[in-house]
Amino acid sequence: MTFINYASREINCKIVYYGPGLGGKTTNLQYIYDSTAAQSKGKLISLATETDRTLFFDFLPLDLGTVRGFKTRFHLYTVPGQVFYDASRKLILKGVDGMVFVADSQRERMDANIEAIFNLEANLKQHGYDLMKVPYVLQLNKRDLPNVVSASDLTAELSRKGEPVFEGVANRGVGVFDTLKAVAKQVLLELRKNGGG
Amino acid sequence: MSTPVVLYEQEYEQLKRVITRLCADANAKFVFLVDKNGQQIAAHGEMLNLDTTSLASLTAGNVAATDGLAHLIGERGFPVLSHEGERDNLHISIVATRVILVIIFDERSSLGLVRLRVKRATAEMNSIFEVIDTKVERERDMGISLDSPFAEITEEDIDALFN
Repeated sequence: MTFINYASREINCKIVYYGPGLGGKTTNLQYIYDSTAAQSKGKLISLATETDRTLFFDFLPLDLGTVRGFKTRFHLYTVPGQVFYDASRKLILKGVDGMVFVADSQRERMDANIEAIFNLEANLKQHGYDLMKVPYVLQLNKRDLPNVVSASDLTAELSRKGEPVFEGVANRGVGVFDTLKAVAKQVLLELRKNGGG
Repeated sequence: MSTPVVLYEQEYEQLKRVITRLCADANAKFVFLVDKNGQQIAAHGEMLNLDTTSLASLTAGNVAATDGLAHLIGERGFPVLSHEGERDNLHISIVATRVILVIIFDERSSLGLVRLRVKRATAEMNSIFEVIDTKVERERDMGISLDSPFAEITEEDIDALFN
């Protein structure tokens, strides 16, 4: 849920990265963090297990700059991808303004992708959202690996509504900012549609 | 999509006054208001180097997780959370059902004093949030745009953000 603060002239939006476990959600945030100027970013918070698996969420606040005199800040979150963390995943979707689905392109992860998309739709519904109406981008990650499903097959299987699709190699930054930009754009245009209030 | 949460200047100043007084009355180090989605609303106190953005998101995550626990055991929620540290302590409570009030205090205060002062401040803040809700509803009913900076945003404006 966008937060508009007329006193400090700030707009805050929440974007959540969703997808199967080990798909590269945290890597997307880590790359954004590493390649953003210090004054534009806050601390990257990672609530992870000792083996670096996301336990609750990762969080990165990002200042994109000023639009029409308002400071525009995006709060990026990831969810834990592992199936048994569903209760935590649900909590993080609360108040979401835009979604990125990070799919793992490897052939053997196809079922996990599909399961995660169904899980996303169900969890959004519980919060009263409809995936068809939420700003949404699909990222096909790990395109550099040898055993990947073709981009067109993956898109055909995972695309839900003709959303923007980007091929990515998150650990090298390929597609990371294109994805972020596409979802941020949809979120801001949604605000225009709603007149901001 | 849900409607945005809006905070106007007048009510922001009122909230600021309430938390400033609460900070003094409770002998607290820091008082902080954050919405349940992790967005910071207002803050006051002596901890100048505190990372308030992270504090906001972690507080919201903490409250959401605790609410989840409450539902599992058939409770509606735990409206007050208290964390005790070696030096500093945290008191977390809910205001107007959707806002979280966080107080950081040390040995100069006590949990009893904090709870007492929070009670009065909460009543005042509840009324302020009621006024905000009424205002937003009235403007929406009358079809008045909230003078949104985004009403006339162009694709070029958005592209410029990423350059």
